[in-house]
Amino acid sequence: MGEITLIEGLRQAMDEELARDDRVFIVGEDVGPRGGVFRATLGLFDKYGPQRVIDSPLAELSIVGVGIGAALYGLRPICEIQFADFIHPAFNQIVSEAAKMCYRSNGEWTVPLVIRAPYGGGIGGGLYHSQSLEAFFTHVPGLKVVIPSNPHDAKGLLKAAVRDPNPVIFLEPKKGYRLIRGEVPEGGDLLVPIGPAQLSRPGADLSVFAYGMMHHYVLQAAEIVAAEGIQAEVIDLRTLLPIDKAAILSSVRKTGKALIVHEDNRTGGYGAEIAALLSDEAFTDLDAPVRRLAGPDVPAVPFSHPMQDWFMPNTEKIAAAIRELAAY
Amino acid sequence: MPLPPPPLLDLYRLMLLARRLDERAWVLHRQGKIAFHISGIGQEAAQVGAAFALQRGKDWFAPYYRDLALMLALGLTPLEFVLGLMGKQGEPSSGARQMPSHWSLRRANVVSHSSPVATQAPHAAGLGLAIRLRGGDAVVLTTIGEGSTSQGEWYEAVNWAATHKLPVIFLVENNVYAISVRQNQQMAVEHVAEKAAGLGLPGVIVDGLDAVASYRAVGEAAERARRGEGPTVIEAKVARMTPHSSDDDDRSYRPRDEVEAMKARDPLALFRQRLLAEKVLSEAQDAGLQEEVKGVIEAAVAEAEAAPYPPAEDAAYPVYVEDVRRG
Repeated sequence: MGEITLIEGLRQAMDEELARDDRVFIVGEDVGPRGGVFRATLGLFDKYGPQRVIDSPLAELSIVGVGIGAALYGLRPICEIQFADFIHPAFNQIVSEAAKMCYRSNGEWTVPLVIRAPYGGGIGGGLYHSQSLEAFFTHVPGLKVVIPSNPHDAKGLLKAAVRDPNPVIFLEPKKGYRLIRGEVPEGGDLLVPIGPAQLSRPGADLSVFAYGMMHHYVLQAAEIVAAEGIQAEVIDLRTLLPIDKAAILSSVRKTGKALIVHEDNRTGGYGAEIAALLSDEAFTDLDAPVRRLAGPDVPAVPFSHPMQDWFMPNTEKIAAAIRELAAY
Repeated sequence: MPLPPPPLLDLYRLMLLARRLDERAWVLHRQGKIAFHISGIGQEAAQVGAAFALQRGKDWFAPYYRDLALMLALGLTPLEFVLGLMGKQGEPSSGARQMPSHWSLRRANVVSHSSPVATQAPHAAGLGLAIRLRGGDAVVLTTIGEGSTSQGEWYEAVNWAATHKLPVIFLVENNVYAISVRQNQQMAVEHVAEKAAGLGLPGVIVDGLDAVASYRAVGEAAERARRGEGPTVIEAKVARMTPHSSDDDDRSYRPRDEVEAMKARDPLALFRQRLLAEKVLSEAQDAGLQEEVKGVIEAAVAEAEAAPYPPAEDAAYPVYVEDVRRG
């Protein structure tokens, strides 16, 4: 076992998949000699060459649209969107094309495509380098939506995403790229299946659901409140679409209380879907209202630090929300 | 390899089949037997010329909704088309999920397209990129109306293909109207082909009412692409001889004398006259072809009318590849 950063997990995943399958290629802005603005593809251009690691024109819709065309041919593109905030020009290609291709062709054409996009705030990125936009895509049947929270899952889920025959939106917590470190087995073929959530900390008093960067903070908050005698169970959702209903329901049936944490804004956010699921299928198991701790309903994360801090959920805010729910 | 002489009778037969089938679709709509039809009447020559200039079974296609003649030339059967018109089981493009004329035909390398216009153009560039990455000298044909070249998707796709010298032919079927909006309200250039200059690739104008001209232009673009010299924009000047669709009435925006003048230049009639004059086709042969096509269409309509609708529960599938039921 070796300890690596989350972004190194992603880089290893792409390196291994490029080596394993010559249908795999990377396309995006600055992914070539520059190795990506976050260095996720560092060294891959030198290793695999300009045919496999392709610097695209600065145009997101065609990064995805061209990827779809190559996927229709049978290749396995990994499309990098430099910041998730810039994915919107590609929305038509993702939602009208990639997501609907299998259905609209009655399974004749499929789009085995991964779209990687760094998301999330707390990095001084202002409105357009900080957004969380998973809820746009979790609303779309035909897509899979994956968000890893640690190096092990970043590597294993990305490798699984490359092999998945469907379009996968792979959102990466960029604040955690180098902040989050963890053990990853060396060698072997690490695959983390798309679909199952992960119980990352057992507890009896309440269930906390999170993913990506927020999951990292939730673990810290759970540690803090444990010292106060509150046993929070933490579930790392990992795959948002399809939703792991069984994992969510079984945890809440045990604890009777649920808190969902995400930095995407509250209204219409992913937490609402979990709350609805619990209302539908675990109503009689609940001992308290389902709580959401989410980004506020403002257009995006402001740049200036005090305002950014006001926006972002963090360990302290999560600990406070846990205490409040535990006391209900 | 020089382009072989155009197979004139094949071109004519497919234009005739497409025209009669399209006309029959309008009648079926008037009879209340189908809910929707979008027509390609007036654009058949450009389409069949393009199809015959390419290597069917090897080359790839990302078409748009007016391409009935192209699709027939690529092997879509009249029955398959009518099943689509009626939303019946066995329709090959989408299993009757999509509206009619939203083509897809895996066996002919025709990828599926949607209704939002120009979305197919980046797919064509991506197919071209894949051909480049995997080797081989296949080419990609993608078609579009002139109005849809206003979309950013088209510019981005052409720019990609030109930058990477991809083997793609961007065929613009310019029928002057985007539903009701004339070309001069879409673009400042007189010819769509002029847009190519700004993107660094050749732009060719061709008489799209002439199947042979289209055949030659597409054939030359294909040869360029196969030689690794990159994409071409071809603007085929065609005619939209009908309203936009069965839900449109063009009398509110289109001068009647323009429509009449266009009918005098009907590409099917012009081609027929030419073949008769050149003695490629005799009157008797033509009468035989007309009968044959009529019979094919009658049989297709009868069979499609008798065909079942898909079971309602098919609407639940296949959202993901895991849902695809084979066999």
